Amino acid sequence: MSEPASTATVVGTITVPGENLPRVELSTTAVSTLRELWEDFGPLMFHQSGGCCDGSSPMCFPAGEFITSDRDVLLGRLDIAPAGAEPQWIDFWISAEQFEYWSHTFLTVDVVPGRGSGFSVEAPRGVRFLIRSRLMDSFA
Amino acid sequence: MTVYSKPGTPGSLVTFKTRYENWINGGWVKPVKGQYFEDISPVDGKPFAEVARGTAEDIELALDAAHRAAPAWGKTSATERAAVLNRIADVIDANLELLAVAETWDNGKPIREPLNADLPLASDHFRYFAAAIRSQDGDHAELDNDTVSYQFHEPLGVVGQIIPWNFPILMAVWKLAPALAAGNAIVLKPAEQTPVSIMVLIELIGDILPPGVLNIVNGFGLEAGKPLASSPRIRKIAFTGETTTGRLILQYASANIIPATVELGGKSANIFFSDVAQEQDSFYDKAQEGFVLFAFNQGEVCTAPSRALLQKPIYESFLSTAVERTRKAIQGNPLDTDTQVGAQASNDQLEKILSYIDIGKQEGARVALGGERVDLGGDLSGGFYVEPTIFEGNNKMRIFQEEIFGPVLAVTSFTDYEDAISIANDNLYGLGAGVWSRNGNVAYRAGRDIQAGRVWINNYHHYPAGAAFGGYKSSGIGRENNKLALGHYQQTKNLLVSYSEKPLGFF
Repeated sequence: MSEPASTATVVGTITVPGENLPRVELSTTAVSTLRELWEDFGPLMFHQSGGCCDGSSPMCFPAGEFITSDRDVLLGRLDIAPAGAEPQWIDFWISAEQFEYWSHTFLTVDVVPGRGSGFSVEAPRGVRFLIRSRLMDSFA
Repeated sequence: MTVYSKPGTPGSLVTFKTRYENWINGGWVKPVKGQYFEDISPVDGKPFAEVARGTAEDIELALDAAHRAAPAWGKTSATERAAVLNRIADVIDANLELLAVAETWDNGKPIREPLNADLPLASDHFRYFAAAIRSQDGDHAELDNDTVSYQFHEPLGVVGQIIPWNFPILMAVWKLAPALAAGNAIVLKPAEQTPVSIMVLIELIGDILPPGVLNIVNGFGLEAGKPLASSPRIRKIAFTGETTTGRLILQYASANIIPATVELGGKSANIFFSDVAQEQDSFYDKAQEGFVLFAFNQGEVCTAPSRALLQKPIYESFLSTAVERTRKAIQGNPLDTDTQVGAQASNDQLEKILSYIDIGKQEGARVALGGERVDLGGDLSGGFYVEPTIFEGNNKMRIFQEEIFGPVLAVTSFTDYEDAISIANDNLYGLGAGVWSRNGNVAYRAGRDIQAGRVWINNYHHYPAGAAFGGYKSSGIGRENNKLALGHYQQTKNLLVSYSEKPLGFF
């Protein structure tokens, strides 16, 4: 059984202390892909990568697989559940040092065909999560 | 000019197998679950071979083989192991063109690179570690007249290695050579974007190594990489890739209390002081070339000089000449020896580069060159090609802060020495950097002040065996490419021996 395809983007909650604008969202395709992955893996999380090779990809893991610490920033919480259903929260994390350099940009998680590396859960399906960015309204 | 024939066509040096199994215990072994995935060539965007989609079960088989082989291999003499490494080097040299074609087809790089860099460096790397292990001594200390401390190097046993896709053969060799020289057995997982060229290599060198000493399991990170990295049956894990997976690998290693080395990339500054333009001579020409090296291997290098820092007085003139030089770079069929810029390694890599070009424009960086995907037409139309791209902007922009891993350069200016060092170090990473100056004192000081593991002075992108390579800051832990790497694959045994007949007198 597959979950219904999403027809709407999902915007993250505001989780950075002292802020009043969201910082991350999921494209409709990302929501649909994540609903399918949730069926296979259960609750999920994201951690934004940096560095070489597959760096800058948002890595998706079973929730708790990647241990975050106070050196990470929770960028937002994303509920992928269809309207009226039980919430399915996905936390999106980034390292605090990387956040300092990325904080002026708003992140959209999208999906493209591809063969990503890393241990991200979507890769065997022949798709990859991809970050698209725009300037935060407060910086534009 | 030579154009190598496409693999599998008449006259080609390479005909790939239709299917590549895992390499375990010295032979081909089908994946336990019987699943395969397609390997896509970035040259034309089309699949060309099936590859085993390994899982935890296959990793266990490989670990079984490695554990059977490790005790005997670890007890071979350094002389024997060095001879094995030298034979591998000879086979690479004897099959250089064949391996180069395989590497280009798997990765998309222009063939002049594997012909002249990746593969000659790979064979030399084996020879370097053959020499390093032959010449490595233990040590001893005479602690007093009757007490001697002896220190021996012992192999760790069975180690895991996870390889990136930008130099599929060379990066594997950087990890294999020291591990084999030190007497370890290995389970290696290639990148899923480039799983085949290393299998072409193992076909050639497999019978030189005792069965089980080197095992290769292909598959996805989640399905094969994680079971390897988190296995309690490895005594060390080595990884090259990005920071999130790097942290995950370190996390798994901490659970097993084993060492890990991780190389996680950089955002290397390439600094040009005004005096490089003092004369319009050969050195100036060399510095100009050093600027254009951002496009080497399509920018898919952990140390790509992807931030150029030009001193203000020469900013306009140096940049305009360099932009014209970059514009002349030949992008085309990667199998043509005249081609200087080939294909990006995968579709998702292409998409990531385009997303960075997009944010660069939004952030207000000026496009001085390129900025678009390229359709080379004909058979290459489906390939993953991006124009060499030069942005002008400032160091706070995302394109200055993250490794795009594409042929995309971010250029800015600096006022004086302090400003140059400050900009260079204002970054999370510290893997590589370049300094160009005719003043040796300035160049030396800059090289020492930049927080990066490798600083090239008046050259760039040389990777000779012997020169230690590794990161400061978030670029990772460990050193490769130098005898220091042996230490990452060895245990230290101390024998503390008393030659005295007298009791201690305590009890």
